[in-house]
Amino acid sequence: MNDLLMLLEKNARYTDDQLAAMLGVTPGEVHRQITEYEAQGVIKGYAGIIDWDKTDKHTVSARIEVKVTPKKDRGFEELAEAISQHEEVQSLYLMSGGYDLALTIVGQTFQDIAFFVAYRLAPMDGVQSTATHFILRKYKEKGTLVIDCHKDERGVML
Amino acid sequence: MDYQNGFSRIAAALKPSGIRRFFNVANEMENVISLGVGEPDFKTPWCIRKAGIDSLDKGRTWYTANAGLEALRQEITFYLKRRFDMEYTLPETIVTVGGSEGIDLCVRAFVNPGDEVLVPEPSFVAYAAIVQLAGGTAVPIVTKAEDEFRLTAGALRAAITPKTKLLVFPFPNNPTGGVMRREHLEEIAAVLRDTNIYVLADEIYAELTYGGRHVSLTSQPGMRERTVVVSGFSKAYAMTGWRLGYAVGPQPVIDMMNKIHQYALMCAPTTSQYAAIEAMRSCDEQVEKMAREYNRRRLLLVDLLNKIGLRCFTPGGAFYAFPSIQSTGLTSLEFCEKLLHSKRVAVVPGDAFGDSGEGYVRISYSYSVEHLVEAVERIEAFLKEL
Repeated sequence: MNDLLMLLEKNARYTDDQLAAMLGVTPGEVHRQITEYEAQGVIKGYAGIIDWDKTDKHTVSARIEVKVTPKKDRGFEELAEAISQHEEVQSLYLMSGGYDLALTIVGQTFQDIAFFVAYRLAPMDGVQSTATHFILRKYKEKGTLVIDCHKDERGVML
Repeated sequence: MDYQNGFSRIAAALKPSGIRRFFNVANEMENVISLGVGEPDFKTPWCIRKAGIDSLDKGRTWYTANAGLEALRQEITFYLKRRFDMEYTLPETIVTVGGSEGIDLCVRAFVNPGDEVLVPEPSFVAYAAIVQLAGGTAVPIVTKAEDEFRLTAGALRAAITPKTKLLVFPFPNNPTGGVMRREHLEEIAAVLRDTNIYVLADEIYAELTYGGRHVSLTSQPGMRERTVVVSGFSKAYAMTGWRLGYAVGPQPVIDMMNKIHQYALMCAPTTSQYAAIEAMRSCDEQVEKMAREYNRRRLLLVDLLNKIGLRCFTPGGAFYAFPSIQSTGLTSLEFCEKLLHSKRVAVVPGDAFGDSGEGYVRISYSYSVEHLVEAVERIEAFLKEL
């Protein structure tokens, strides 16, 4: 049923009936599968993709690269868990390459982010250094184009 | 100048498309959801576009051989073998400007004034017009919803006269979505086998066949030698704007078609041909991915239409549903005009595809699922207000 997950990843608001029709199964079967995926933690949640720039709520996002001194026995886990506790942290990944952790953070102002880096993140035990990159514009998020560029220019041919 | 009396009688007699006016109105209106297009909503896969760009970068901007680049024709023969188990050689292959030119060449190669050409209907609007331009007479054979819009041996036999020259065999079908499975082909072949009738098999939608692979009529004994298969890149590879197709058939027929082609078009666009080589070499997976996506939309759309009370046979191919609107008591055109004006949804009246399409509308599912769901919600509201 990977097809079901792929459809939900694209649009979590499809109804059970619509999913069932697309997949050629019964709505009951779709419901049962989704419940099972939720219980197993395969489906973690259903979040909207929102272009906040179109609202009166203004936000600032940044991507922060963090170099870390791994802890004996626990590696990067302890610090990653601590960072992920902060609710302004949107995503957190362990990376290969020139740095260790990559996180995305959202705040109301540049100061929020500067404050987070200076007073929350940098002083944490194990953080060697940070590099903060502010996000200037979003074009695509979670597989969805955020910019409005879609216009159907196809001509009608019979 | 007096233009009206200057035109050729044949050109002047061609029926103008009434649908053009309808869609011109639709295009002028705000906030219209169209379900009218007859082409993929996918973009041409990137590697194909890149191959076209690369050919331009290298300055490959000259004509090709009339019949097309040899490398492309070679790839077409490999592709047909690989995908549909059809065996053709290089001299039996010609590259055309879209599938449409292949249809035109084939009709012009065979049809004399007075010849009859059998055209299953409802179907693509160009067949009858092209036959007319060649001086022939298009004879419609009505296909019916109760036969899942297949051509039946009985209907074919009944339409054949001593003047019959050519049968157009348009499956998977635009606009009905009807398909001819392997088990349906033998009875057609049995009718044709003892005749001198040639066949123009338009297999442009072959890759968009659901619930089993497309089977060509040429697979049946006695059919290959009388059949020209016309196909192209538009539907399978989402390459409509590249205007590239091909035809395969017995060498004498392809030679004749090439003779006409060299005077009319000279050769298909060179950039498109280079792009198409890449398409055939490396895009089987992308073709299948797009077909899977169409299949989901097909199942959803048919389910939604039946749920709102528009009886719809489950199409086996192409990307159209062809529901009956007879329950509304409206004609196809009335239905489409009222729907457009009251709910701003544009669908195509079935009679645009021949008189037998009256009582139906064509709904393209070459749109995102969200677009389709919204459109069907509007159609449902429209039906409730009737």
